[in-house]
Amino acid sequence: MSIAASVSGFLYRKPRLRLGMLLSAPLLWLGLAYLGALAALFVTAFWHTDTFTGQVVTEWSLDNFATLFRDEVYRTITVRTLGIAVAVTVIDAVIAFPMAFYMAKFASPRAQRVLVIAVMTPLWASYLVKAYSWRIMLSGNGLIGWLFGATPGYGLAATVITLSYLWLPYMILPIYAGLDRLPNSLVEASGDLGGRPWGTFRSVVLPLTFPAIVAGSIFTFSLTLGDYITVKIVGGANQMLGNVVYDNIGAANNLPFAATVATVPVVIMLVYLAAVRRTGALDNL
Amino acid sequence: MRNSRTLRLIAGVMCAGTALAACGTSSTSSSSAGGGGFTPPKLEALSQLGQPEGALNILAWPGYAENGSNDPNVDWVTPFEQATGCKVNVKTFGTSDEAVSLMKTGQYDVISASGDASLRLIAGGDVEPVNTSLVPNYADIYDFLKSKPWNSVNNVSYGVPHGWGANVLTYRTDKVSPAPNSWSTMFDPNSPYKGKVIAYDSPIYIADAALYLMKTKPELGIKNPYALDDKQFQASVDLLKQQRPLVSEYWSDYLKESQALKNGDAVIGTAWQVTVNLTQSEGAPVQSTLPTEGATGWSDTWMVSAKSPHKTCAYKWLDHIVSPQANAKVAEYFGEAPANPKACSMTADAKHCEVYHAGDAAYASRIWYWTTPITQCIDGRTDVKCKDYGEWTRAWTEIKG
Repeated sequence: MSIAASVSGFLYRKPRLRLGMLLSAPLLWLGLAYLGALAALFVTAFWHTDTFTGQVVTEWSLDNFATLFRDEVYRTITVRTLGIAVAVTVIDAVIAFPMAFYMAKFASPRAQRVLVIAVMTPLWASYLVKAYSWRIMLSGNGLIGWLFGATPGYGLAATVITLSYLWLPYMILPIYAGLDRLPNSLVEASGDLGGRPWGTFRSVVLPLTFPAIVAGSIFTFSLTLGDYITVKIVGGANQMLGNVVYDNIGAANNLPFAATVATVPVVIMLVYLAAVRRTGALDNL
Repeated sequence: MRNSRTLRLIAGVMCAGTALAACGTSSTSSSSAGGGGFTPPKLEALSQLGQPEGALNILAWPGYAENGSNDPNVDWVTPFEQATGCKVNVKTFGTSDEAVSLMKTGQYDVISASGDASLRLIAGGDVEPVNTSLVPNYADIYDFLKSKPWNSVNNVSYGVPHGWGANVLTYRTDKVSPAPNSWSTMFDPNSPYKGKVIAYDSPIYIADAALYLMKTKPELGIKNPYALDDKQFQASVDLLKQQRPLVSEYWSDYLKESQALKNGDAVIGTAWQVTVNLTQSEGAPVQSTLPTEGATGWSDTWMVSAKSPHKTCAYKWLDHIVSPQANAKVAEYFGEAPANPKACSMTADAKHCEVYHAGDAAYASRIWYWTTPITQCIDGRTDVKCKDYGEWTRAWTEIKG
């Protein structure tokens, strides 16, 4: 009997060992590389650096968190980042829903496939190319100014536009999946029972696809919270939470404070996820 | 204090459980944290050269150590490898701050450090003094670049000057008239170029405001824009906060700035000469000037890592990079004034040194080269404490808002 056969025979008789071996790699990854890194990040947040030599001093203190809460500028930046994230999410939801509705309910199966590919195509292009394209389009003598006679210029509006463009596929695809799962018979039943189109939409389609919209919003919301490149390219003189993290690592070499700031989006996302868990949206992910 | 104790406990448990490696880092934290003076760690310079070790790891600004991989015609690393047998690895960095972080890994033998990085490297014990008698080409270098506050401490040299340039006032000739000759066009709240000003994105830019105040508000008593006490620092920060509404963008990528100037999204700002040349070459009407107040600038130094196992190769590189041939090539490729006057006769463009004012000590004296701000005032004052770079960084976040 070959070795492979004897090993497989041994594993066949020990289902628990089999399961353990199968799960050990992902568990190791999740436990050490993923959660471990997050924990290390959180620990670093309680240290500080020698501001001159840049070396990390491993003394415990809450100074970083005190700075974060005391200095008004970090509150302003947090509120601005949240505002951008909410705006991007709402804009994407409004644009994505009709698009996904058409794809799931009206398009032929062939057109559906084409549309899904069309929605995904931008994801194959580099993030930077897309952001810089927007920089050129929003420029004083760019495409937008030429088409509409005016351009919002570089600033918060440009940031919201660019991020909405970048994350749109992440909103369309979950909503499409949600609508696709919604049986047509339910809509027809509503019509048979005298429901008008708007009433059917409001009391049948929307409640059943709301979890899908929330699922999409988790993507757009969290991706926006963590972004720092787009605002650097089209945001003019504005900065978001990601920029503060980046500047503290890159410019100030202050890893502990960067870690402190990085806990802000983590906390926001935890609160958000706790809220959306009630809608059942997480089952859709 | 119950909360803080709980947090410590949580943090401690997580530390023990998950992140041994992270907890173990930098146990050799500096004991002089928050201290006033600046005494570099005791390190000895190399006393004599040995046999080349066969390898050299270089940490450099992009364009400073080209081996022909970007452009086959731009190569001064290969001739060095052939002459010395030192196999070269090049890693480039984008900002001084990134350079300081990378240097802490101890993986690099030499670094091209600007003045806003060099003192931090010296204080951190990352670089060691350089025995300039082992660098024959050092003798030729302009005297006004030697033993400066950013490349020496207590008259001990920590490296070899390489090249320098100014952060010049740059403007669109078709949109800005009359031609400006003062930084006031960038700071005046009533500037006609509101929303079209582009400024450098780094804490070190606070020095530009201090330089302007040095001339316009003499009562503040600023003697050196890198030595600011509480009052002077606050005035500079306030000036930048007042400038904030005028600013369309802060730049850290010179290509992005060039594009903004080309498209007219910005019409006036602070730039490097290389940006001006690039923008002009693309057909945009851009000019630069050194305003009456003077300007900030950079003077770069090649330094040797304290942990380098390839010291002989490192010294060979220091000598090679400021040799007339190599210095001319770098200065021209990067767009700066060479440190070695003999390089001027070897540039492809005979007027290169003239355009960049190499050897023009009067021009150079109007430039305040980037220097790391430290607690000890580098203008010689001992009765006050100056703001250090950590505080500059914090203020910079606050200025941008």
